[in-house]
Amino acid sequence: MSGQGTRVVLRGGGLSIRVHLRALAVGAALLLAALAIALVNLSSGDFPVPVADVLRSLAGRGDAGTDFIVYQLRLPRVLVTVGVGAALGASGAIFQGLTRNPLGSPDFVGLTVGAATGALVVMLILGGGGIQVSAGAIIGCLITAAAIYLLAFRRGTQPFRLILMGIGVSALLEAANSYLIYRSHLDEALAAQVWLIGSVNGRGWTEVVIVGGTLAVLLPVALHYGRHLTMLSLGDEIAVLHGVPVERSRAVLALAAVGLSAGATAAAGPIAFVALAAPPLAARLTRSPQAGILPAAAMGAALLAAGDWAAQHTLPGNDIPVGVVTAALGGVYLTWLLFRERGNRG
Amino acid sequence: MTDDARLKADSLTLAYDRRVVAEKLDVRITDGSFTVIVGPNACGKSTLLRALARVLKPQAGAVYLDGNAIASYPSKHVAKQLGMLPQSPVVPGGVVVEELVARGRFAHQRLLRQWSPEDETAVAEAMRLTEVADLADRFVDELSGGQRQRVWLAMALAQQTPILLLDEPTTFLDLAHQFEVLDLCAELHEEGRTVVAVLHDLNHACRYATELIVMRAGEVLAQGAPAEVMTADLVEQVFSMPCRVIDDPETGTPMVVPADRHRRRGARMAAAGRASS
Amino acid sequence: MTQGTGAPLAQRTATPDRPARRSSVRSGRQWTGLAIGVALLLAAVALSVAIGSRTVGLATVWRVLWQEDGSPESVIVHQLRLPRTLLGIGVGAALGLAGTVMQALTRNPLAEPGLLGVNLGAATGVVVAVAFLGVSTATGYVWFAFAGAALTSAAVFALGGSGRAPTPERQVLAGVSLSAVLGALIWAVLVTRRGAFDRYRHWDVGSLSDRETATILQVMPFLLAGILLALALGRQLNALSMGDESATSLGAHPGRIRVLGILTVTLLCGGATAASGPIWFLGLAVPYIARVVTGSDHRWILAYSLVLGPTLLLGADVLGRVLVAPAELPVGVVTAFLGAPLFIALCRRRRLSVL
Repeated sequence: MSGQGTRVVLRGGGLSIRVHLRALAVGAALLLAALAIALVNLSSGDFPVPVADVLRSLAGRGDAGTDFIVYQLRLPRVLVTVGVGAALGASGAIFQGLTRNPLGSPDFVGLTVGAATGALVVMLILGGGGIQVSAGAIIGCLITAAAIYLLAFRRGTQPFRLILMGIGVSALLEAANSYLIYRSHLDEALAAQVWLIGSVNGRGWTEVVIVGGTLAVLLPVALHYGRHLTMLSLGDEIAVLHGVPVERSRAVLALAAVGLSAGATAAAGPIAFVALAAPPLAARLTRSPQAGILPAAAMGAALLAAGDWAAQHTLPGNDIPVGVVTAALGGVYLTWLLFRERGNRG
Repeated sequence: MTDDARLKADSLTLAYDRRVVAEKLDVRITDGSFTVIVGPNACGKSTLLRALARVLKPQAGAVYLDGNAIASYPSKHVAKQLGMLPQSPVVPGGVVVEELVARGRFAHQRLLRQWSPEDETAVAEAMRLTEVADLADRFVDELSGGQRQRVWLAMALAQQTPILLLDEPTTFLDLAHQFEVLDLCAELHEEGRTVVAVLHDLNHACRYATELIVMRAGEVLAQGAPAEVMTADLVEQVFSMPCRVIDDPETGTPMVVPADRHRRRGARMAAAGRASS
Repeated sequence: MTQGTGAPLAQRTATPDRPARRSSVRSGRQWTGLAIGVALLLAAVALSVAIGSRTVGLATVWRVLWQEDGSPESVIVHQLRLPRTLLGIGVGAALGLAGTVMQALTRNPLAEPGLLGVNLGAATGVVVAVAFLGVSTATGYVWFAFAGAALTSAAVFALGGSGRAPTPERQVLAGVSLSAVLGALIWAVLVTRRGAFDRYRHWDVGSLSDRETATILQVMPFLLAGILLALALGRQLNALSMGDESATSLGAHPGRIRVLGILTVTLLCGGATAASGPIWFLGLAVPYIARVVTGSDHRWILAYSLVLGPTLLLGADVLGRVLVAPAELPVGVVTAFLGAPLFIALCRRRRLSVL
């Protein structure tokens, strides 16, 4: 039996599907965990609502008061959390697969910074708010991605060149962001910086639609081309030799990852490090060399839901932004990566 | 000469970035042959192979498969006709041997046809031929250079292509394994496949090839059966190495014996002289 | 028969005169180049003192320099321009030398204090000291800057490993990821402290103005120590550049060189960042230009870096004063906008190694 767990083949009428049992189990478990934490988040808050009442509301048989709390205040927030986490996890899985590097994450490649610049321009120069900020974030992300792609394009894009271009563009935009924060009024700067940290506080149904739509459109595309990702991880030459349309696959996958990242950022601000940490953690659980896109998405959802719970309960009476929790998570993860690498090389 | 070549190259100009490796190259791979490409370092033999496998896009000219430009076919179609074992592929982390060989079936698979019985047989057969079946559960990046080379070969064999290209397949292998791989290639050739290999050892090439392509500085200097092509003059011209060509005592194929250029002969004779005095 | 074995050896020895002449010509060129560099530096200093929202003529500068006569020009020169210029010289030299040393230590032409996260490590140290421990003087928080710089240097050298040989690209990615985490944590903390947030955002952008003279003077000794240490490392870095094994066989100690190197980088980056805030890409541009001009001898590269660093930084600062006059662009913004394209251009030219 392969050391990587049972693969079951379902056959019928000339068709066959190969299912990695462990990945399926892990993905399902993570999704359940995310939903369970979501349920807990639905019942806790300034007005604690018993879980039973929450379930009744969801089933359509709750009273007006509970309904209001659940549907207007908490459900959108919870859905945004799960959705954004899934989108980030999927985006990270694609990026890390394309770049073949555990540090290849949309966070460092300039996408989140580009989204931030777009949002800051809207907030601090144009004086907009609400959905305009989200629009600014999406536009910023897309423009940055296009710029990076154009810069990296040189007789076919090499994955690592993409990262380096991203780092360069990122540094430039970071300076622009610092400057915008520096020259604004203190209150505006503070509010902008809070947005930049990433939060699901006060997110409503608009944000649910944004992230839900992104997932609905891009996730199936990513999954379809995800099979190509395993071949691409063996290198461009081998991928071409086996019939993978390398340029097209990479372009589609990269676009999907950018889109997922953009959608997530538009809904909740640039939440860092979920895209970085979710895929390797999912890979560990499924015991495969690279996380599948779905397990990574499920892990992202679970991580962010847990992060949101932590954000609401760590400091009693204070609702800290979930981005703070994920930043701490990122630090812990990087430190762990550090020690693991030192062990490898020592 | 009848044109029975499935795979041929017409007026190819091959380059890396701005460094031109070969210009106006015409090559014909005879069907059902075991063709070996030889030549000094940087003569373009690997480059030619990669162009034939459509991994490298020519700057000018085209490679033809079955009469049409190879670039005009969907890549997966080509992958079912033509497979290649590249030089030093990237070793992926955390992948076991069986999984890697199984990925060689990608060209035959589709979204809803992910693992047919044919796939299973092909993988098992490939692993048996290359003798890596007992390594099935080991991680590829933990194997020795020679073992890894055989695993990559298994992956290429699992593709089950009628044309097989091999770029220096004997790298990292010790002498015994080198001949094992070459014997395997000869077997595959006898089963009807067209095999094209780049080898750096002239004598191996002469032993196994039914046809030699000798290259130097991006040009084909000779193509034909080893017995006709391999002469001392050619070797000196291509490799700048004076030699003699004799018949291999085992197989009767040409065998290149380089001339002794060092003054060791003089020193040996001097030492022999001293010993006897 | 055998040929004589003696003759060929004698014919193979090179004539002793030619190599020596070639190297002395080269040495002459190096000194000339350095002299030109110093001249450029003086020009940059002059511009830095003269140009601003209120340009002061060079003659006036000269007069006022020696004689504070209480005129507005005098005040401007002594209170604003001189400290700023002095800081620019110190920070420019520090970051330029730090970049050179880092590139030599890691054999990575893309290494620099900003990209490898060392500057942000120093910044984190400062934030911890100022926001949590209430340290308010530069002599106080500079030690935290050192600690931060040292820790991130060590971390990034380890992180760039990934179990395989660290390529330059991987190291940069490691540095950037470290910076990202530290940056996120810093802002997350500061968002809850209004006063500290305000101070930090003025500092984070990287600037030579708005810095207290006291700070500058307190940091200078450390910068000086770092500069001297860096200049002394020239020959050792030459040995290291050929690989650890070659270096050992030449009689050098790679481990010791690295420790000294990290100490140097810590002093230089920690001090510079503590004084002016994080400034990116100077440590990338300076060694690159120096190497293009002077070749691969680190003793010369360091000498040129010492002169180029302040020249470029002061040049950038002057540019910042001129571009959006009467407002000012902080020097950190200028170096980022000029340096990032340089970084991108360098990356595009490189042949990328396999991952």
